[in-house]
Amino acid sequence: MKKILFIEDEPALQKTLGGALTAENFQVVSATDGEIGLRLAKSEKPDLILLDLILPRLQGLEVLKRLKEDDNCRQIPVIILTNLDDAKNIEEALEMGATTYLAKTSYNLGEVVEKIKKALI
Amino acid sequence: MKQDLFDSLSILKQCRKYRLYPWQCPQFLFLILGVIVIISSLAIYFIGIRYSNDPQIVALIVLVVTVFLIIIDFFITKSFENLAQVARMKSEFVSIVSHQLRAPLANLKWTIDLLLSGKLEQVSEKQMAYLLILKENSQRMEKLVSDLLIVSRIDSNEFPPKLQRGSLTELAKATIARMAPLAQASNIEVRLSVIENLPDAVFDSAQISQVIDNLLDNALHYAKNKGRVEVIITQKGDNLCLGVKDDGIGISQSEQPYIFQKFFRGEHALKAQAQGSGLGLYIAKSIIDKSGGRIGFRSKEGEGTTFWFTIPIK
Repeated sequence: MKKILFIEDEPALQKTLGGALTAENFQVVSATDGEIGLRLAKSEKPDLILLDLILPRLQGLEVLKRLKEDDNCRQIPVIILTNLDDAKNIEEALEMGATTYLAKTSYNLGEVVEKIKKALI
Repeated sequence: MKQDLFDSLSILKQCRKYRLYPWQCPQFLFLILGVIVIISSLAIYFIGIRYSNDPQIVALIVLVVTVFLIIIDFFITKSFENLAQVARMKSEFVSIVSHQLRAPLANLKWTIDLLLSGKLEQVSEKQMAYLLILKENSQRMEKLVSDLLIVSRIDSNEFPPKLQRGSLTELAKATIARMAPLAQASNIEVRLSVIENLPDAVFDSAQISQVIDNLLDNALHYAKNKGRVEVIITQKGDNLCLGVKDDGIGISQSEQPYIFQKFFRGEHALKAQAQGSGLGLYIAKSIIDKSGGRIGFRSKEGEGTTFWFTIPIK
C-alpha cells in the first residue's frame, strides 16, 4: 500500500481528499502545519507528498526547499496543491523541484486523484 | 529612517507602490508641475522686468504667483495620490477577498465531488439532483471569483502575457472540446472552420485560451436553442483572426458602445437571466490589447453576433 503524506491546514480538505485517497487504497498520513509535515516526511518516508503553500509555522515553499536539501527526502515526489495560481509561485515551486503544481480550483477531485496516481507510477 | 526618506523621494519606488507607470503616478505629476512652476515664475519675472522699473514689485508678483502655483500643485498632486491610493486599496481588497473565497470554494467543490462519486455511500436519484444544483452553483461562484482575481491582476498591471509561438487552431480545438458538455446541454452545434496551411502565431496560450473560452461561453449562452456556433480562423496580413459567430439574439445598437466595459451586462442578458458577471469581455479585451492584437464585434439584433480578435504571427 502506497503511503501519501498530506500537508494541509484545512480540516475540510484533509477529510475530502484524504477520504477519496483512502477509498483508492492509499495510506494517508496528515500534517496540519509545515513543521509537522517536515518531521513526518523524515520519519514516515512517504511515497509521495501533497503540499499546500500557505501553511502555519512553516510556509510550503520553505518545506519544499528543506525536503530537497535533505538526502533522505530529496527523491520523494512532491505535488503542490494550493489556491495560489500566480505565475511567480508556480515557477518558483517547479524550479525548486516540485513534480507538479495543481491549483485547487482548476481541478475536480477525480482529476486530482488521477494526477496523484500518475505521479506514483 | 534614512532609507524611508530616500524611498519617499524616489519617484520610481513610489510609482511601484501604486503599481502605476511613472507617467501615471502622482509623484511624477508633482515633478512635472514643479518644473512648470519654475518656468512660469521665470517667465513672469522676465515679463515683469520688461514692463516695470521697480524690481521690488516684480519680485513680489513673482513670489505671490509662485506660492499660488505651488499650493495648486500640492492640492492637485494630493488629490491624485488619494485616488491612486483608493484604486490600489480596491484592487488589493478584491484580491484578498477572492483569495480567501477560493479555499472554502475548493473545499465545497471537492466535497460535492466526493458525495457525487458514490464512494462514500450510494446516492439516490433525488439526492443526486440536489447535489448537482450545489455543484452548478459552486462552479458559478468559482468562475466569478476567478474572473475577479484576473481583473484585479489586470488593473494592477500584474497580468503580463508570456508570449510563445504556437498553433491557434490547436488551442481553439482544445477549448471547443472543453466546452462540449455545455454545448451539448444547450443543444448547440459548435463548428470549427480553419483555412489550410495557417502559420503559427505568437501568444500566451493560457490567456488566449481564456479569451476563446469567454467568447465561446457567451455565444453558447446567447445562441438559439438547436442553434449553431461557428469558430472561424483566418489569416489577415501579419495576423491570425479568430471569430466566434452565433445566431442568437444580437446586441442592440444602444448597448454596443459599452459591451467591453467592466461589469456591463446587456438588457438581453438580464432578461434571459443568463449567467455571467459582466467581466468576460473586459478580460478578453484587456488580454488582446496586451498581446498586440485587436478585438471587436459585428452584431445585428435578432440575427446574431460575431466576436473576433487578432493576434500577430510574428
